Amino acid sequence: MPEQINVALIGNPNTGKTSVFNQLTGLNHKVGNYPGITVEKKEGSCKLPNGLKARITDLPGTYSLNVTSADEQVVVEHLLEKNSENFPDVVVIVADVENLKRNLFLFTQIKDLKIPVVLAVNMSDVMVRKGITLDIELFEKQLGTKIALVSARKGTGIDHLKKCIADYRELPVNSTIGLKEIDSEYFTELQKAFPREELYRLWLKHTQNFDYTNHKNVAVQNASAKNGFPVRSENELKRMQQKETIQRYMFINKLLDKGYKRDISAAKDFRSRLDRVLLHRVWGYVIFFLIMLVVFQSIYSWSSYPMDFIDGLFASLGEWTRNTLPPGALNGLLSEGIIPGIGGIMIFIPQIAFLFLFISILEESGYMSRVVFIMDRFMRRFGLNGKSVVPLISGTACAIPAVMSARNIENWKERLITILVTPFTTCSARLPVYLIIIALVIPEKTILGLNLQGLTLMFLYALGFVMAIFSAWVLNKILKIKSRSFFIAEMPGYKLPLLRNVAYTVVDKTKDFVVNAGKIILAISIVLWFLASHGPSAEFKNAEEIVHAQTENEQLTGEELNTAVASHKLRHSYIGILGHAIEPVIRPLGYDWKIGIALLTSFAAREVFVGSLATIYSVGNDDEETIKNRLAGEINESTGEKAFNFPTGISLLLFYAFAMQCMSTLAVVKRETMSWKWPLIQLFTMTGFAYIVSLVAYQLLK
Amino acid sequence: MKMNKYTIAQLKRGEKGIIGDFSTDVVPVKLQEMGCLPGSEVQLIQFSPFNDLLYLNISGSFFAIRKETASLIEIANAG
Repeated sequence: MPEQINVALIGNPNTGKTSVFNQLTGLNHKVGNYPGITVEKKEGSCKLPNGLKARITDLPGTYSLNVTSADEQVVVEHLLEKNSENFPDVVVIVADVENLKRNLFLFTQIKDLKIPVVLAVNMSDVMVRKGITLDIELFEKQLGTKIALVSARKGTGIDHLKKCIADYRELPVNSTIGLKEIDSEYFTELQKAFPREELYRLWLKHTQNFDYTNHKNVAVQNASAKNGFPVRSENELKRMQQKETIQRYMFINKLLDKGYKRDISAAKDFRSRLDRVLLHRVWGYVIFFLIMLVVFQSIYSWSSYPMDFIDGLFASLGEWTRNTLPPGALNGLLSEGIIPGIGGIMIFIPQIAFLFLFISILEESGYMSRVVFIMDRFMRRFGLNGKSVVPLISGTACAIPAVMSARNIENWKERLITILVTPFTTCSARLPVYLIIIALVIPEKTILGLNLQGLTLMFLYALGFVMAIFSAWVLNKILKIKSRSFFIAEMPGYKLPLLRNVAYTVVDKTKDFVVNAGKIILAISIVLWFLASHGPSAEFKNAEEIVHAQTENEQLTGEELNTAVASHKLRHSYIGILGHAIEPVIRPLGYDWKIGIALLTSFAAREVFVGSLATIYSVGNDDEETIKNRLAGEINESTGEKAFNFPTGISLLLFYAFAMQCMSTLAVVKRETMSWKWPLIQLFTMTGFAYIVSLVAYQLLK
Repeated sequence: MKMNKYTIAQLKRGEKGIIGDFSTDVVPVKLQEMGCLPGSEVQLIQFSPFNDLLYLNISGSFFAIRKETASLIEIANAG
C-alpha cells in the first residue's frame, strides 16, 4: 500500500472548493504555478484516519470537461494523463447543495473516466433553512460514490470526508451514462480502435483539441481516419456533444426527482432583495462608486501607521548595522545597499495587504458578479466586456493575475483588448511610487472632510481606469478581428466572506508579492550599491583631496565637507556616469540624473523605484533618515531647486501612471496572447505615451 | 400572443417558460452545459440597466447572458 495518495479537488466555481481545501490542509499548503503556464496551482497535504498521507491538489474551478479555456485545460490534462505521477488516485468533487444539478453534471463526466470519486456536498449547514432534503443512500447507490455532507464555513463533516477519501479503494468505478446510445456506430468503432482505453476518455481526447484563443474547434481528428473508424464533421460532433449533455441531465434529473426535495416556500428572498438594490439602474452605480471610494480612502489612511513604523524600523536597522559592523565593504553593502533597498519594498506590505483584502472580499461575497452585470453595457461600448471589470479591478492589485482572469471572457477580441489595456490600471507596484511622491509634493490638507493626498491617489486610480477605457475604445476601432460575441456569467448567491479564506488569500498574495519583488530588488540594490560606490576615474578615487582642494577657501564644517565629498564621489561613480549619460533624454521631463537611474532600474519592475532611490541616496550618507526625509531634502544639481518639487512630482506621477514597466506582465501577456507582438506593442505605445504626457505636464507646470 | 418566435428575450421580468428545441450551432455548448436545454424551465429574474443582459434562472442555475443570445432560444409554451 502506498504511503501517499494523490487527491484532486474539482468543482464548479463558487462552490466553496477553496474553503474545503483550506479546511483539509490548513496551513499545510503552498501556491505555485503549473510549469510553463501561469495557471495558479494550489497544493497541500493532510493526514487521513488510516495513517495515509493525502497530497491534495486544488484544481481551477470548471463547469465541464469540454475545454474552452486554459483553466479547464489544466483540469482535463490532470485527469487524462494516466501515467503522470500527479494522476489522482481519487477525485473529490465539491458541490454546492443548492446547485446540485449543475454540479452533478461535472460529477458524471469525471465518474465516466472511471476514477474513484467522492462527492463532498458543501454548504450543508443551510439545508434546513432552505428546506432541502437529500436521500444520501439513494444518491450513493445511483452515483456509485460516497457522499460527505460538509460545511467548510462551520468546519463540519471534514472528518467524514477524510474517511471517505481514505477508503477510496472501496469506491466502485462505473459509468453513469452509455455513450453508445448517442451514436452506436461511432463509439463501437472508437472502442475497437483502442480496446484498452475507457470510452469516455477516448471521446474527450478526440473533442478536447480546442483552440480556446480563437474559439474555433481545430480539425478534431485527422488521425482517426487512419485507425479506420468513422470520421464525423465538426457539426456532427457538436450534435453528439449536445446529446451527451442531454443524456447526462436526464440521468441527473431522474435522480434528483427521487432523492432531492426542496421546499420552494422556504425563504430565498435575501438574494432577490439584494439584487434589486445592487443591480438598480441608479443605486447600483451609486453603491459601486461608494464602495470604490471607501476602499481607496481606507487603503490610504489605514495603512499609514504601520507604514511609518516599518519605515522607521528599517532606518534604525540600517543605522544600527552601520555602527555595529566593522567598517568596510560588507558594512557598506548591508547598510547602504541591501537594507534600504529591502526597506523600500517592505514598507508597502500594509497597503498591498489591504488591497488584496478588499478584492478578495468583493469576490468572495458574490458582489463582483453584480458589477459585471451592471457594467457590461458600458464596457461593450468600448469594445470590452462586463467581465473586463474583474481584470480592471483586480489589476489594482497586480496586472499578472488580472491578465489571467481575462480568460473567462468568451469573445477573443474583447479578451485581447482587455489584456492589452489592463496594465493601465494602477497596480500595487505603482503604489509605492505614488505614495512617496504624493507625500512629497501634495500638501497635507483636507477638503470637504476628505484627505487631499488620498484624493490625489484616487484621482490617479481613476486616471489609470479612464486611460484603460480610452485605449480600449481606440483598439476597438483599429483591430479588425471577427469573433462571435458570446457572453455568459454565473450569478452566484451572496455569501458572507469566510474569514479564513480571505486571510489565506491576503497572506499568500502578499507573501508572493514581497518574495518576488524582494528578489529583484535585492539583486538590483546590490548592483546599484556597487555601481554607486565604485568609479573608474581618478576623480572618484581621489575625491577627498579634490574636494578639499576646491573648498579650501570656504569655511566648511566637517559635516558639510563630508557631504560634498560624498556627492562628488557619487557623481563620478559608475552609476553617476550612466545617469549623466541619459540625463539629456529625461531633463525635459524634469528629472535629474538620480531619478533617471531609478527610472532605468524600474523598467524591470516599477516597485524598484523607491528602493533604488533609497539606495542611491543612502550611499555616503551617514544620518539615520527615513526614505521620505531623504528625498525631501534632495536638491536638483542643475536647477538648484528641490529635486522633488511640484512639476517634477506631477511629471513622475504621470510617467508611472502610463508607462509599461513590468517584465513579468509582458511575459504573461505573451503567454496569454501566444505572440510577442502584443506585449511589444504594449511596451512601446504605453511608454512612448507616458513620455509625451510627462513632457507636456512638466513644461506647462514649471 | 404574437405568432412569430417567442424567445427568452421576450420574457417579462419574473415570467417563466419552458425552453423549446433549438439548433446546436446557435446555442454555445457552454450554455447547454449550464443546463440550458430543450425542456428546461427558464425564469427571467432581471434585466441589466440599459437592457443588455438578461439575468436568468434556468432550472436552478443563475446566470446572465446577452440579449442576442437569448433571442435565439425559443420558448415552447409561455407560462
